[in-house]
Amino acid sequence: MNKTVNPKDVISGNDNGPLYAARKKVYPQSVSGTFRRIRWGLMAFCLSVYYFLPFVRWNRGLGAPSQAVLIDLPNSRFYFFFIELWPQEVYYFTGLLIVAAVALFLMNSIGGRIWCGYLCPQTVWTDLFYAVERLIEGDRRERMKKDASTDPMKLERISEIVLKHSIWLLIAWWTGGAWVLYFNDAPTLVKELVTFQGPMIAYIWIGILTATTYLLAGYMREQVCTYMCPWPRIQAALTDEWALNVTYRYDRGEKRTSVKKAAELRALGQQVGDCVDCYQCVAVCPTGIDIRNGPQMECIQCGLCIDACDNVMSKIGRPKRLIGYDNDINIHRRQEGKAPIYRIVRARTIVYGAIIAVVGGFMIYTLATRRLLDINVLHDRNPVAVKLSDGSIRNAYTVRLLNKSGYDRVIAIDANGPVNATVHVVGVDSVTPDRPMIVIPRDTTSELRLLVTAPAENNPEKSIPVHFHVMDIGLGVAASTTDNFVSP
Amino acid sequence: MTDHHSDIDSLSGKSTTGHEWDGIKELNTPLPRWWVITFYLTIFWAIGYWIVYPAWPLISSNTTGVFGYSSRADVAVELANLEKIRGDKMVALGAASLADIEKDPALLALARAKGKTVFGDNCAPCHGSGAAGAKGYPNLNDDDWLWGGTLDQIMQTIQFGARSGHAKAHEGQMLAFGKDGVLKPDEIVTVANYVRALSGLSMRTGYDPARGQKIFAENCVACHGDGGKGNQELGAPDLTDKIWLYGSDEAILIETISQGRAGVMPAWEGRLDLATIKAMAVYVHSLGGGK
Repeated sequence: MNKTVNPKDVISGNDNGPLYAARKKVYPQSVSGTFRRIRWGLMAFCLSVYYFLPFVRWNRGLGAPSQAVLIDLPNSRFYFFFIELWPQEVYYFTGLLIVAAVALFLMNSIGGRIWCGYLCPQTVWTDLFYAVERLIEGDRRERMKKDASTDPMKLERISEIVLKHSIWLLIAWWTGGAWVLYFNDAPTLVKELVTFQGPMIAYIWIGILTATTYLLAGYMREQVCTYMCPWPRIQAALTDEWALNVTYRYDRGEKRTSVKKAAELRALGQQVGDCVDCYQCVAVCPTGIDIRNGPQMECIQCGLCIDACDNVMSKIGRPKRLIGYDNDINIHRRQEGKAPIYRIVRARTIVYGAIIAVVGGFMIYTLATRRLLDINVLHDRNPVAVKLSDGSIRNAYTVRLLNKSGYDRVIAIDANGPVNATVHVVGVDSVTPDRPMIVIPRDTTSELRLLVTAPAENNPEKSIPVHFHVMDIGLGVAASTTDNFVSP
Repeated sequence: MTDHHSDIDSLSGKSTTGHEWDGIKELNTPLPRWWVITFYLTIFWAIGYWIVYPAWPLISSNTTGVFGYSSRADVAVELANLEKIRGDKMVALGAASLADIEKDPALLALARAKGKTVFGDNCAPCHGSGAAGAKGYPNLNDDDWLWGGTLDQIMQTIQFGARSGHAKAHEGQMLAFGKDGVLKPDEIVTVANYVRALSGLSMRTGYDPARGQKIFAENCVACHGDGGKGNQELGAPDLTDKIWLYGSDEAILIETISQGRAGVMPAWEGRLDLATIKAMAVYVHSLGGGK
C-alpha cells in the first residue's frame, strides 16, 4: 500500500502541463471516399442555400416584400415563404430553437456529432478554406515543407500566399455580403452596394462577417471546436452506449505493425492487428488527432479517417471499416464472437423524436390556425368609469386591432354586455348605430378609443363582463375578447 | 532579466525566472504570445484614445482631444434636432384650425399625444391625471360642461380661464345667499330641497315644494334658468342632471347656497403657447365628453 512516490512521477503527470498549449498547426491531407463525397455534397448544398436563398422570390402581392426569406427589422416583420411573423409571435422562434436543440440531441444519439462533422458552418467554411489552401499550396506534405522552409521566399511562394489569402478574403467577403441580404431586398441592396450607395450599417456588417469568416475558417479552425464551442462538452454528457460514433475498432486486434512484419509474426503464431500503423487517419484529420486513442472531445466525427483507412485496407486486402461508425457494445460483442446489434430506435431516440414531433406539430397547428385578425382591449384605468349628465355610465377602452393579412379590412365592432349599451368609436361617425365600422389597412395595427355607454338603472352590478367582437364584414373573419364594464 | 534565465529546475526540467525564496524557485511560465500581443495592443489603443478623445484632467479643464468630441455637445445637438422636428410639427398644429386638427389623423394623433403630456404637467394637479376631476374640479370625461363642451369653448376656457383675472376670462359666480343675508336659513333649506327635487333626488319630510319653487324663481332663475337647466354663458350648472360638482347632499347644497361658489380655472395664455393650448383642447375634447 505505502508505495514510495517519486516526485518526478507526480510532476510529469498529465495535469501538470503548461496552462496554455500553443496550437500545433494541422495540415489535413486530401482523401477520397464515401464520407468525403458526402461532405462535398453537403457543403455544396449548405453554401448554395446560404448564398442564394436571399435571391429567391415569393409573391406576396403589391406593396409587400417579394423576398422569400426576409428579416425586415425597420417594419418588425419576418417573412419565410408563405409565413409572415410579427414581433409578438417571436415564440415561434422559441419553438424552432427547441426543435433545433432536440434535433441536435437526436442526431447525437443516432450518429454522434453529425452536426459538427457535416453541417456546422465552422466545419463547412473551414473545409472550404482547406480546399482552397490545398488547391494553391499543394497537399499536406508540400504545405508542411513550405511552412517549415527557412529559405528566403521566392516570388512563386509569395504569389501563392497572396493568392490564397485573396481567395479566402473573397469567400469571406461573399459570406458577409450574403448575410446582409437577408435583411433587405436582395437585388436592390446588391445594386446599392456595388454603386457604393448602400447603408453604412450594411458595409459594417459585411466587414464584421468578412473578418470573422476569414479568422475563424482561415486561422482558428479546429480551435473553435475544441476551445470555443460548448457542444463537444454537452455532447459528451448526452451520448450513450448505443450511439454510433466514429470509432477505431480495436476488436480487430493488436498489435499494430507493417504488413510485412505482421506476416512474419503471424507465421510465428503471434497476435497482430489489422492496423498497419500508417498514420493515414491522423494525416487526414482536420483536428489533428489520432482516432485510435478512442473517443475524444476534439473529434468532430467528419468521417474522413474512415475514408483514409478504407483506402489503405482495400489496398492491402484487409476488410474495410477498421474505423467506422460503431460503439463499444458492438466491439465487445464481436470480441465475444457475437453478431453486432444496432439500436437506432430506443427509448432515448423515441423521446427525442416525440419531443420534436410534439413541438413541431404544435407549431404547425398554431401557424395554420393563427388569427390574421385580432383584437386587444385595455380598459381605461383613470377614470375607470364616467357618470354622464343623464345618469348613464360610460367606460372607455383602448382597442388595438391587428390586421395581419395582406389586404385592407373593413371591420365592424360590437360590444355585448351591459343592457342597452351604445358603442362609439372616437372620431368615427358610424352609419350603423352601435356597430361602428372602421377600415384597417393591410399588415398594420390600428388603435382606437372606444366608448361604451349604458344606463345605470339597467345595469345595477358593479362589474359586468363585456364581449368585444370584431368582424371583417367582407370575409366574415372574426375575433373577440372580453373585458369588464365597471360602474362607479 | 538576468542570466538567471538559463536556470533549469532540476525537478521539472523547466527554466526558472531566477527568483528564489528559501530555496524555492519560481518556474518561468510565460503568458501566451497572443495574450501579450493583445495586451500591448490595448496600451497602443489607449494612447491613441488619449490623443483623439478628451482624456486627461488639467487644473481647470481637461484635454479636449483632436476630434474635439464632447458628449455634452452631442446631447445639445440631439436636443436641438428634436426641438427642430417638434418645432415643425408644432407650427403645423398652431396653423391648423381646431376642426381641421380633428379631421386630420396625423395632426389628431400629435395633438392628443402632446395634449396628454401637457395635461399631465399642468392640469393633473386639479383635474387628476385621467381628467376625472375631484370635488370642485370638473370631470372632463363626462358630457356636462360648465362653460361649454365644443372644441372652441374648451379652447377658450383653457386659454383665458374662469374667474382667473384675465380680461377675457369667464365671469359669473354663485352668490353667497346665506352669508350676504339674502335668504334666511329655513329658506335655504327649502330651496336646497327644491334643487334636489329637480334632479329626482329625495326630499326632506315636511318640505313645501310650492315655497321652494317660489324662492327658486325669485333668486336662482336669473342664472340657472327657469327649469334649473343652467347657463353656460355664466358658468351656471345644470341643476337637473346627475352630475354635481360639489356634491348633491342636502348639507353640501346648503353650504353652496349659503357660502356661494367661485372656483377658479387659471388662464393658460401666456404660460403655454397657442399650439400647445390647441393640442390640449383637442385632447380634452377627445376624452369622450366633447360636444
